[in-house]
Amino acid sequence: MSIGTSPPRRDGLEKLSGRALYADDFRPDGLLYGATVRSDRAHAKILSIERDPAFDWSDVTVVTAKDLPGPNIVTLMTDDQPILADGITRHVTEPIALVAAPTRERALAAANAVKITYEDLPSLFDPLLAEGHDVRIYGDDNVFKRLHIQHGVRTDTTSHLIRGRYRTGLQEQLYIEPQSMIASPRADGGFTVRGSMQCPYYVDRAVKRMLGHDRLNVVQAVTGGGFGGKEEYPSMLACHVVLLAQATGRPVKITYGRGEDLRATTKRHPAIIDLATLVSPEGELLELHARLWMDGGAYHTLSTVVLSRAILHVGGPYRCPFFDLEGTVVATNTPPNGAFRGFGAPQAQWAMERHMDRIARELGIDPLELRWRNLYREGDVTATGQALQDPGAFAVLRAAEAAAAAPVVRKTVRPGVENAELREGRGIAMAWHGCGFTGNGEAKIRGKVALEVRGSEVAVLSSSTDIGQGTETIFPMIVADTLGISMDRVFNTEHDTGIVPDSGPTVASRTAMVVGGTCEKAAQQLLGRLRKEHGEGDFDSLLQRWRAADRGLLRVEETYEVDASVVWDPETYQGDAYPTFGWSCVIVDLRVDVDTGEVIYDRVVTATDVGKALSPVLAEGQIEGGTLQALGWATAEEVVLDARGCMRNDRLTNYIIPTALDAPEFVTALVEIPFAGGPFGAKGIGEIPMDAPAAAVAQAIERAVGARLDSLPMTPERVLAAMEIR
Amino acid sequence: MSAPVTALFRPRTLNDALKMRAEQPGATVMAGGTDVMVYIESGTLKPTAILDLWGCSGLRWQQSITGGQFHGAGLTCTDVLRSGQSHPLLEAAAATVGAVQIQNRATLGGNICNASPAGDTLPVWLALKAEFEVASVRGRRRIPAASFWQGYKKIDLRPDELFLGILIPPLFGHTHFRKVGTRLAQSISKVVFAGRYNPGVDACLAFGAVGPTPMRCLKAETALVAGAAVDDVVQLVREEIAPIDDIRSTAVYRRQVAGNIVRRWLTSL
Ligand SMILES: Cc1cc2nc3c(=O)[nH]c(=O)nc-3n(C[C@H](O)[C@H](O)[C@H](O)COP(=O)(O)OP(=O)(O)OC[C@H]3O[C@@H](n4cnc5c(N)ncnc54)[C@H](O)[C@@H]3O)c2cc1C
Repeated sequence: MSIGTSPPRRDGLEKLSGRALYADDFRPDGLLYGATVRSDRAHAKILSIERDPAFDWSDVTVVTAKDLPGPNIVTLMTDDQPILADGITRHVTEPIALVAAPTRERALAAANAVKITYEDLPSLFDPLLAEGHDVRIYGDDNVFKRLHIQHGVRTDTTSHLIRGRYRTGLQEQLYIEPQSMIASPRADGGFTVRGSMQCPYYVDRAVKRMLGHDRLNVVQAVTGGGFGGKEEYPSMLACHVVLLAQATGRPVKITYGRGEDLRATTKRHPAIIDLATLVSPEGELLELHARLWMDGGAYHTLSTVVLSRAILHVGGPYRCPFFDLEGTVVATNTPPNGAFRGFGAPQAQWAMERHMDRIARELGIDPLELRWRNLYREGDVTATGQALQDPGAFAVLRAAEAAAAAPVVRKTVRPGVENAELREGRGIAMAWHGCGFTGNGEAKIRGKVALEVRGSEVAVLSSSTDIGQGTETIFPMIVADTLGISMDRVFNTEHDTGIVPDSGPTVASRTAMVVGGTCEKAAQQLLGRLRKEHGEGDFDSLLQRWRAADRGLLRVEETYEVDASVVWDPETYQGDAYPTFGWSCVIVDLRVDVDTGEVIYDRVVTATDVGKALSPVLAEGQIEGGTLQALGWATAEEVVLDARGCMRNDRLTNYIIPTALDAPEFVTALVEIPFAGGPFGAKGIGEIPMDAPAAAVAQAIERAVGARLDSLPMTPERVLAAMEIR
Repeated sequence: MSAPVTALFRPRTLNDALKMRAEQPGATVMAGGTDVMVYIESGTLKPTAILDLWGCSGLRWQQSITGGQFHGAGLTCTDVLRSGQSHPLLEAAAATVGAVQIQNRATLGGNICNASPAGDTLPVWLALKAEFEVASVRGRRRIPAASFWQGYKKIDLRPDELFLGILIPPLFGHTHFRKVGTRLAQSISKVVFAGRYNPGVDACLAFGAVGPTPMRCLKAETALVAGAAVDDVVQLVREEIAPIDDIRSTAVYRRQVAGNIVRRWLTSL
């Protein structure tokens, strides 16, 4: 059995030794380099696109919207985002034209020599003013989506009304490898696209629609991180390189520089969340009213589903007899926001956890005690009317408390800080996270996995990519254990849409749980097929008999079928929002320097219900990495926009993410409450680490220095200002 | 993007270096390259010729000489940390520069000549009343650190001169170094402080990242030596520095933190 052990990652040695080939490492013969001409206006009519006559255009190809073979749409959820802006630009950095040239330097110089004239239009940046504003960005009223859920029975007992407003800002995914894509013309007049991506079939669909034909295959190159940033954005980039490859008849590559990547690509949706609760004198939640606004930026991308996950998580892991939840995501003239680990749930739960702290403060109840009193129990019903089975809220809280009982070893501070006054604070926060797609998402997708026996090995064919989280390792473990063979004999094939079936996108904490579960079923199907033909026996003896009978290729395909007992009404948002939930509790120990407002993270204890730790080391890696990303969101990461909505701190020196030295000691407890629908009981764990830490940090800062912060990020500047000392 | 570099000069000796510098005043001087390469990548510097001092012996040494301690311009932060012979203020500053990879290449001369107001060693030189030695084929000059940085990124170095090193005179008193950035490595200072205080004799309160050049707070120093209350010294510090709002922080924060650091240090003595 490999499940439950931690074999080395399949991709580890190649990556460590530098042999792994990322998209930018590919240099096919005749390669041209592409570059993107972008809008420098927030909202403007495009009057003309001209080539600077002083520039030598002899070896440069230029493409604009009028060269598109098909609809000018980046195919995703809503047909609003153009592949290249045509006549109007709705955000700074929007692509307007593309160039291809023999070297990267020539391409960048050529992009600079394309001159655009604009007529500025009034622009809109405040999401609270967007709805119905005179500046029209989307539809009649700039509202991408409004969602409203009401459930339960209103209270008639005496209670306290407690309200608060909470905010979160933009956050950049900051994958190590910037966006990169190559398109190569094929002999049949089609194209092969190879690049850095999470979702090959999103890219496949978008490019096929643009081309108007199906002569296309999309291959994932080794991908240096995604965090949602390579969920939908690569579709646009793939359309760009294919356009250039079509125009030139040559392979074309575009790799963004870090600055361009930071300025132009999607970020986490900023949110403003008003919560009002009715609470009994003992601190029991009686009613929760939420009004949530999200800033979607200039185009829809995935905003609707980000909003729905936000609304579905806004109550946190707490029972409440009455929910009235409304969310709105609107258009503004900033670059579009999109998928990012957690997908709306971290913003929503930041608000609820801070609100729980506010309730505790106002009622004079200990924040931890308040949580104990309100956590979901068996059979409790959520805002969508879903009755919870085996909720892990108490289990993770107990596990975290137990782990946090050990004394904190404080970090040694660096020179100059020895005489500082560092005040200690501990904070606790909790979260839940729906695993897999919301509602009927899986039923719509019906993700597929195929297994093929090749010699003595078994190939796993899926479109679920490894973006650092371990798919290349986990799928072979699941299949090998189900077949009863060594995992050395099982491997994932390249994720090439010409070969692999569509398993759905690599998102939503669904890959191990949903697609991994499909891998398990596929392996069972494979065994079943052999047993039907050849009777009992282990995999190898059955395989021998199959071979002896000269039965040819042994291949099975399995489709994920949603359990019939799962009910979801997308109109009313009532029913089973998720097949299951993960649960987490985070206890942060930190110190605040009272002279500077800087936070030193000493220790972070997490307890996470993972269902089953398929590979404990990979599970811990996901949780610790995600937690550090959440600490960055909490106190360091701030996107500074200029008056046009363009990111000013577009370098790694001034967009501050935590380094290894900033990381705390992690104590990572894995709680295993199995989910019957997941492989070996596993639940999704990719996103939940992002949910609770920021609120635990806020509570710890409040304990340490009395600074109450309800907006993210809590930079040293804001902490110091909120301390109001000296 | 960079224009092609057509000439690379790699002197092995100081004499060759000075000769090449005289013959190629347009060449970009590079020591560890940790600033130069960033400028090239971002397009703000487009050198056509480079004078690479990395392999030049005669710049990378440290010694006690008459009048104090001499540090060659080519010493890296790692050299300083390994030698254990440098002033604790300098060691503290060197330990906070970038992270290990950067410390292995970042030279003292590079930090000084790059003249970023946030350069972490710069207030140290002010606090230690260091003198800088520069030279050309025409001869050598010594310049007090306090007059070397003449304006934002403007230094007292002529086109044919190279920076040779730093002389630190023997000095007494309490010292303190503090860097404030948002994270613990790879962090450019929002405020950086180096202080030296010899009660009744002299004091030096030097800051970086709170004005166009690293600077001393002369009025606060005078008040301190004259026995003023800590709060008054802190007040003067806040008045004398000239911080701005920029992408890394705010003037309000810098002013407050600068004062807090000085207060914390003086009250802990
Ligand atoms: C990731 C990263 C992190 C960093 N972190 C910090 C930090 O925390 N704190 C900090 O202060 N700095 C930091 N820096 C900046 C840089 O590392 C330092 O300024 C370093 O000391 C520069 O030294 P160098 O030898 O690399 O200089 P170079 O880049 O080689 O040169 C810098 C400048 O000095 C000139 N120069 C160098 N030597 C001489 C000489 N002998 N005579 C005349 N002119 C000369 C060059 O012409 C150039 O203008 C960081 C840089 C990077 C890339």
